[in-house]
Amino acid sequence: MKEYFVLMFGMVFVQNFVLNQFLGICPFIGVSKKRDAALGMGMAVVFVMGLSCFVTMLVYKLLLLPYGLASYLDIMSFILIIAALVQFVEIVMRKLAPDLYRALGIYLPLISTNCAVLGSTQMRVIEFAGLPLPEALLKNTALGVFGGIGFTLALFLMASLRERLEFAPLPQPLRGIPIAFLTAAGMSIAFFAFTGIV
Amino acid sequence: MLLDLGKGNIMRLSGVFYRGLVPENPVFRLVLGMCPTLAVTTSVEKSVGMGLASTFVLLASNFIISLIKPLVPKEVRIPFFIVVIATFVTVVRLLMTAYTPALTASLGIFLPLIVVNCVILGRAEAFASKNSPLSSLADGLGMGIGFTLSLALIGSIREILGTGTFLGIPIVFGLDPYTQNIFILAPGGFLTLGLLMGLFNWLGKRKQSPGVKPPSPPDHCRTV
Repeated sequence: MKEYFVLMFGMVFVQNFVLNQFLGICPFIGVSKKRDAALGMGMAVVFVMGLSCFVTMLVYKLLLLPYGLASYLDIMSFILIIAALVQFVEIVMRKLAPDLYRALGIYLPLISTNCAVLGSTQMRVIEFAGLPLPEALLKNTALGVFGGIGFTLALFLMASLRERLEFAPLPQPLRGIPIAFLTAAGMSIAFFAFTGIV
Repeated sequence: MLLDLGKGNIMRLSGVFYRGLVPENPVFRLVLGMCPTLAVTTSVEKSVGMGLASTFVLLASNFIISLIKPLVPKEVRIPFFIVVIATFVTVVRLLMTAYTPALTASLGIFLPLIVVNCVILGRAEAFASKNSPLSSLADGLGMGIGFTLSLALIGSIREILGTGTFLGIPIVFGLDPYTQNIFILAPGGFLTLGLLMGLFNWLGKRKQSPGVKPPSPPDHCRTV
């Protein structure tokens, strides 16, 4: 239990995907203009990241490792698994949970080439693959879900700040994306306070 | 068709090539490929390594995609492009693991993540799937070199301010070891990129080239 708590704290605060690892910067800048959109995107990422970490670990351990394909087919198989999963989730959600689909549907196509998702599946796959199958699956899924939560936290904070920045009297060349990066620098410094806790 | 190097054609190709360097620079104008731009620019060596690896993938995938574009059904083109790109990323990773193991280790997870670099998929979608192999090569080279130069610029600033060295050679002395660090840590990346982007916006405004608006990003990297 303790190691999962450490993993959670690490992925959400210390090694935050956006502010510390530089993964998923495109949606962090692109989908952070409104808080609703940020939450919707965040939820979709948590869901897809957890699911794809689970499935990629399954494939890695049962197919790629035993047949010696891991060193050169991992990128290819992981990105295809993620793309297929996103498509699958979209279809299932539209049929079974139309309300949820209306809320998250537009964010799903944006996720298949989100580098945070591919990054989370690659991040510790070699380390966790040494564990027995159930534990490896559980740990990798936890990593994906907690990483997604950290992403959502950063995205939501950013969106809250940017809603106010809209009205700030800024020099013209800094408006829009440049000031978003400068704000992110401030947030990143704040998150550095967590370094060393885990 | 493939090797039609008339004078007019050369002019057109160099126009395509130049576009990626300045007017449609992938980092500062199109704002694509931000993750590697921020993550690997802690030193010039890593920046240039990442830039060249991306350039190779961009060139090869642009060329192959423009060759096979008549065979690809429109509905499945994105998965198709991703497979082509993933192939070349695997090639580049295996090559770099063999010949530059230290650089590969320092790039870490960002080497496989070239697959989801929006610059590459974006050019496949916006350019290579509509143009001839030769112009796609010119476009890939221009965009790749534009990307590499932008990364090298950010990398130089961060390396000089962060560690006082350039390509590992010490050039600045007397930096306080406690305050300089921020430029090679995460916040320094955001700070440098944000300020440089503001600077280029300001310079672009002064030169004022009306009507030149960066094209909207491709579908999969679009924003809401």
